[in-house]
Amino acid sequence: MATRLKDIDAVVVGMGFSGAILARELTKAGLNVVGLERGADRNVAEEFTLSRLRDELRYVVRLELMQDNSTDTITFRNAPDELALPIRRFGAFLPGEGVGGTGIHWGALHWRFLPTDFRIKSVLSEKYGAKAIPDTMSIQDWPVSYDELEPFYDHFDKLCGVSGQAGNLRGTKVAGGNPFEGPRSEHYPNKPIKTGTGPAMFSAAANSLGYHAFPVPVATSSAAYVNPEGITLGRCEYCGHCNRTACESNAKASPNVNLMPVLRADPRFELRTRVFVTRLVYDKAAKRVTGVVYTDMQTGEEYEQPAGIVVLSSFVFGNTQQLLLAGIGEPYDPRTGKGVVGKNYCYQFEAGGEAFFEGREFNPFMGAPGMATAIDDFNGENFDHSGLGFFGGGYIACTNAGAPPIGGRVLPRGEPRWGAGWKQATTKWYRSNTRFNTQGSVYAHRDNFMDLDPTYKDALGRPLIRLTYNGTENDHKMSRYLVDKLESVVKAMNPTHYDLQNRPKNFTIVPYQSTHNTGGTIAGSDPKSSVVNRYLQAWDAHNLFIQGASVFPQQHGYNPTGTLGALAYWSAKAITEQYLKSPGPLVHA
Amino acid sequence: VTAKLRWRRAEGADRFQCAAYIGKRLSPAMLSWCAGEGEALMADDSLPRRRFLLGAGLAGTAMAAGIAEPLEAQQPTASPPAAASPQEPEPFVTLTALETAFIVAAVDTLIPADELSPSGSDCGVAIFIDRQLGSAWGGGGKMYRAGPFVKGKPEQGYQLALTPREYFAAGIAAANAWARKTYGKDFDRLATADRVAALKAMEGGKAEFEHFDARAFFGQLLSITMAGFFADPIYGGNRDMIAWKMIGFPGLPATYADKIDNYRDKRYVAAPQSIADFS
Repeated sequence: MATRLKDIDAVVVGMGFSGAILARELTKAGLNVVGLERGADRNVAEEFTLSRLRDELRYVVRLELMQDNSTDTITFRNAPDELALPIRRFGAFLPGEGVGGTGIHWGALHWRFLPTDFRIKSVLSEKYGAKAIPDTMSIQDWPVSYDELEPFYDHFDKLCGVSGQAGNLRGTKVAGGNPFEGPRSEHYPNKPIKTGTGPAMFSAAANSLGYHAFPVPVATSSAAYVNPEGITLGRCEYCGHCNRTACESNAKASPNVNLMPVLRADPRFELRTRVFVTRLVYDKAAKRVTGVVYTDMQTGEEYEQPAGIVVLSSFVFGNTQQLLLAGIGEPYDPRTGKGVVGKNYCYQFEAGGEAFFEGREFNPFMGAPGMATAIDDFNGENFDHSGLGFFGGGYIACTNAGAPPIGGRVLPRGEPRWGAGWKQATTKWYRSNTRFNTQGSVYAHRDNFMDLDPTYKDALGRPLIRLTYNGTENDHKMSRYLVDKLESVVKAMNPTHYDLQNRPKNFTIVPYQSTHNTGGTIAGSDPKSSVVNRYLQAWDAHNLFIQGASVFPQQHGYNPTGTLGALAYWSAKAITEQYLKSPGPLVHA
Repeated sequence: VTAKLRWRRAEGADRFQCAAYIGKRLSPAMLSWCAGEGEALMADDSLPRRRFLLGAGLAGTAMAAGIAEPLEAQQPTASPPAAASPQEPEPFVTLTALETAFIVAAVDTLIPADELSPSGSDCGVAIFIDRQLGSAWGGGGKMYRAGPFVKGKPEQGYQLALTPREYFAAGIAAANAWARKTYGKDFDRLATADRVAALKAMEGGKAEFEHFDARAFFGQLLSITMAGFFADPIYGGNRDMIAWKMIGFPGLPATYADKIDNYRDKRYVAAPQSIADFS
């Protein structure tokens, strides 16, 4: 029997970016908030340090900061008629664990979605006719517009000290930036980070073909910066170890550096770590979640934490699993298309490759995931899809993310993988290549979804979440189109050799591809087709606010975190300015 | 050794930069390096002296206690510690003698000695594998190991009940059984050309092990060999940072903000340093 704890104003489940933002905004409004995190308390002073972080084996290969699959994982299959099996160790995507969540080890690419992305179904219908959208493509308009979100995008930019070059300042085009971006109210907080040799060559080649290259926006400060929380960020050192690792320079944005110091000092906030929330306590008649039940992993004791407001801010999989276990909202059924919880799971459809330049010295170990240039000419509705046979798109980038020696070496296709010939080849090419990536959208399909697994359970005895996902014909066509466009730019760079890879037909859970998982508790204007309303308030529990990329109706051709952060601030404002005054549904269906 | 550092005044980027190190523990070498970088990092000389004395009194526990020590007290590392001599015998703690012989033969075939580097085992790769298989990772740490176990599609990834330690034990036994059937002796007894042929047969899916996936085993063998060759030397491989020197990877501290512009299309060369050099 769970020990019942004292009532608290708000409880936050999961202390990643959105959890930390909600905790901060609610305590600022005077609420007492408890933050629950099932992983470790990742303390900056202890862990974000040199020389500890310069350990590729620990962080990149053995996945130090990632979710512990022995406690909890997901099951996976490609299609509804297949048997799902557990992911025994993560591969294709890497959710983080502990305070900071996935916001510690991310590459910090920091994008906004296009204004047209937020009303994509309407835009496609207007431009190509409603019949042009296949019946199986279950995309939806967002219940919030770009213009509404813009001030919150701007605030999240500042929290993170984002570096970039504006391309559209309040409707005026700015040279050197992304001409396709939605209007920004202000410049990026920091100037773009430095450009590497490969990305600079990519820009020149892309511009020579009439495209519009620009430095990618990145939540890594290019110079010292004080964020709106009064926290001083350092400058990026281009260490080349950013991905899957924390940042010792306090340049890469993370909840731990950019927000947690303020929360930790606030007496209205209490952090409990290594506590595993097993269920939401749902009062269906009252349409309220009365609290959460968790197990303290350090003592084995079970507790019930009653709360006035429940913020669900775990990863995409955990958010969906909690709703299904608690019976909040109707589970999605792919056969009928009815139901909402688990609907519209989407991924990121990335493809790319490498180009090799004999005799050139690129110093690939000096880099950052954001040391990249991109073109946005083939993203979303930035180009005409008439006659192409697909919808969607993505940005195309050349990246100098750093090249740690175990995993950061690439070879031209056909070179030996071991032996004396391999040694010569890897020595010859290590310093003389640059890499490319296409960040393809995933437009939801009715067969791609999440539900509860009938067989496998987690360490606390709960059914695992089951993911059913495969790449669709639409998304494969889109991706091949982007790779073709990429190839034209790569050729213009005149490399000695290049290799580009299209995605395999079936989605596979290994190797690593992207941690951009979205959907399952999607936002919408109608409770029949969505789980949360425009303020991320659950239609079926008015005091439950669900955060993170699980609310995305589909995934667009950009990294999701910029939009995730903007939505968190947008939702927090609705709670503090509307919900607290009059607790109840903020949108009437 | 612990140093509590304070950022003195905000006067431009370098001064801001040291804010990142406030309250963080730094080794003497790291501290020394930090202090040399634009004098951004200064010891907190405003800290009460008694705290330093307390730290000194605690001796070995100073690190755990997070007590400050003035910069002047730090002795910069004069030179990196001498590399472990390859001749010095290092005990294998996980692999059996037979398994060790297989792993040594395998890593020496995958990474043969030539003018670019000594052999895989002389670079410590076999020791690396022995230690990794004996680590939490080798024992199946952070791995979902509940059944039922079902042979899935390749798209569903690794679905065996075996931990990495158990997987390599089974794989080595299966590889040796196949080598005996094919060549009349265990893999490590084969001549170099036959070892190369045997590994190529596994890699290309032409070797048929009994009750074991030879191609997948080769993939795991190659993967852990490369990890051992290129990982930081603290894990036993990449002895004397030989693999880093081979490809031109400079190791630590990897702070390049002031170097990128000066090394465009120009090779940046530095004598590599490893984690041990900063410990």
